[in-house]
Amino acid sequence: MPAERFVRALREAGWATLVVAGLSFPIIAYRAEPDFNNLLALQPRWPLFWQFCAAAFLLRFLLAFWSGDETKAKAPREKNWPKLPWLGPLALVFLTIYPLAVVALLGPQAALKWVDTYGVQILIYVLLGWGLNITVGLAGLLDLGYAAFYAVGAYAYALLAPATGLGFWALLPVCGLLAAFWGFCIGFPILRLRGDYLAIVTLAFAEIVRIVLINWDVVTHGEAGLFGFPGLNFFGLPFIPGPRGFAAHFGLPFQGIQKQIFLYYLVLVLALLANLVSLRLRRLPLGRAWEALREDEIACRALGLDTRNIKLTAFALGAFFAGIAGCLFALRQGFVSPSAFTFSESALILAIVVLGGGGSQLGVAVAAVFLVGASELLRELTFLKSVFGENFDPAQYRMLLVGLAMVAMMNFRPRGLVSTRAPTIKLGATS
Amino acid sequence: MNWLDDPILRVDHLTMRFGGLLAVNDVSFAAGRGDITALIGPNGAGKTTLFNCLTGFYQPTAGRIAFSSEKLDAEKIETLTRSARKHDGETFLLERMADHEIVRKARLARTFQNIRLFQGMSALENLMIAQDEALSRAAGLSFIGLLGLPSWRRAEQAAVDRAVAWLDRIGLKKRADDPAGSLPYGDQRRLEIARAMCTKPALLCLDEPAAGLNAAESHGLAELLRGIRDQGETSILLIEHDMSVVMRISDHVVVLDYGQKIADGSPREVREDPAVIAAYLGVEEQEEAVEEAVLSGGGA
Ligand SMILES: Nc1ncnc2c1ncn2[C@@H]1O[C@H](COP(=O)(O)OP(=O)(O)OP(=O)(O)O)[C@@H](O)[C@H]1O
Ligand SMILES: [Mg+2]
Repeated sequence: MPAERFVRALREAGWATLVVAGLSFPIIAYRAEPDFNNLLALQPRWPLFWQFCAAAFLLRFLLAFWSGDETKAKAPREKNWPKLPWLGPLALVFLTIYPLAVVALLGPQAALKWVDTYGVQILIYVLLGWGLNITVGLAGLLDLGYAAFYAVGAYAYALLAPATGLGFWALLPVCGLLAAFWGFCIGFPILRLRGDYLAIVTLAFAEIVRIVLINWDVVTHGEAGLFGFPGLNFFGLPFIPGPRGFAAHFGLPFQGIQKQIFLYYLVLVLALLANLVSLRLRRLPLGRAWEALREDEIACRALGLDTRNIKLTAFALGAFFAGIAGCLFALRQGFVSPSAFTFSESALILAIVVLGGGGSQLGVAVAAVFLVGASELLRELTFLKSVFGENFDPAQYRMLLVGLAMVAMMNFRPRGLVSTRAPTIKLGATS
Repeated sequence: MNWLDDPILRVDHLTMRFGGLLAVNDVSFAAGRGDITALIGPNGAGKTTLFNCLTGFYQPTAGRIAFSSEKLDAEKIETLTRSARKHDGETFLLERMADHEIVRKARLARTFQNIRLFQGMSALENLMIAQDEALSRAAGLSFIGLLGLPSWRRAEQAAVDRAVAWLDRIGLKKRADDPAGSLPYGDQRRLEIARAMCTKPALLCLDEPAAGLNAAESHGLAELLRGIRDQGETSILLIEHDMSVVMRISDHVVVLDYGQKIADGSPREVREDPAVIAAYLGVEEQEEAVEEAVLSGGGA
């Protein structure tokens, strides 16, 4: 038996190595670099290539050898999470005290990063994930261009705030509505498309938006982007030092972090509101129609549902959330440029939804914390420089993390972190 | 002879062509109000295609489909045909209407040859989606529903009651919260019929509801359909291969073969029609089974 197993492992390792060699030949064996004349020169890197092949062979061989005779695919056994009714309230309490606790523990200077990057940024992604969850998770319309609506929201704020003089309270819904309007517009031409075709068109739409933002110089200032627009204020009190600022009004010492803490709570409240709306909509005819559309469009039509309206509302509401998130993004950065709204942004948000297990609010939130939080944590791993050399930038490997998370998910929870679907109405509860 | 005196549906010269294939070829028939009308014919005869034309899933190549849940008046149909309108509020020309309009306005509901339930959603949810019309109105563009106003809650409760009544009737009340896809096959068939009934149709179109059911289950199904007819609010148009079911419950039988109507009449007349016997005998693999079914159906 061991001999047979050895041969089989050898064979599998051979195949795996061939695949790795084929894939890495064009990217690893040669590196294209511009020389002095700005022409591309090919730099051979054969040792690296052989290292890759050897690593693939060895790993695959060990894996095949030790995993025994299980050549047949096992049906993945997904265990349901235990029901944890206290999880929601606990998370809420944690989120509420989080920024204050961090400031108390680390002091206002060191806490800035924890409130801003790990707090505000992740919450914005949670909001984006919940928005896209409506289009993709509930209605089942694969949208690869979600960042376009995010961009519309951000640019709407950056352009309208100086032009109209309105504050962000007034502009927040405007940003959402503008993005929803675009969601509606993109919804129309693709009503008849399904699946892959729909995904491709949304992808193209997002590229169009980005390219318009780059090239419409007079309005958007191209790649340079927009900055210097009015920032956040506390019900009319700006976050500035001096007698007219927020700190002076409340008799507090001025600290830069006050603005971030206010933004944190603003995003938190909006995200919770979005969550509440999503959860309630799911129990209304509209939300049920979205899920029915995902399950079977033809059956929907046979029951008299107007699938056109269902698709349009799913696109528009998902886009509305993205517009709000875009506005918050502009407030957080104080600067918007097209480079923030590339395809990888759409892909990241989609990854959050897929990893979370389409249709589940909690799963999406956890996935956002994991994917965004972990990729930020990568930046912190500066000690890796001592291993891989000074030129190593761990943040560059962000997407690798997304990929690893996806592979792990396919193996262990192929339908996402939270894959069980709770019925929107239960007989036990109503009768 | 309800289908001549008081039809609910009248199909005139309906033709559906797919490229070179005439799936439905110049078919005319009527279905009586309060009747169970059976549409039978060998495989590939064009029965499902005819259904798809009736329910707006296909745009027929030619022909007219007139429908009225109140009273089908020949003169009104003519007036409507000459105008460009789809309906006059009472009489509907289905070939001019979109699928969801046919369900909502004309009140026609259908099931599918291969069951199309919302598999991942619970049995109760399936029946709630079918009542979308009333619920959407009560939810007022979702705003009233989001606020949870009493008018919405009342409407929701009414919908749940209706759904539960149907679940009870088909014996699935215990499994109301289970995903529809996890139910046994026979239960899924009945749930699909209940779901269609929740749209409050005037005409219920069933595409082979007894397919894949065992003898006891098809007996139960026949009782269910008879019960629906006897309530008097819904007429039934039924495609069926199971002759024992057809002969037992139908008031009127229309036979299609190669897209054309070859017989039309009471079950007794159709059973003795030489053209029908020839059509069925022509299909070799079905030959004996059908002959037997026809004969035993006659005894029942
Ligand atoms: N969308 C379509 N495109 C092309 N041909 C079609 C289409 N739908 C049906 N047909 C053809 O039309 C003919 C009638 O098909 P239909 O499904 O209506 O038969 P049927 O009477 O329902 O048969 P069965 O008893 O097997 O369900 C068949 O030859 C079929 O191949
Ligand atoms: Mg058929």
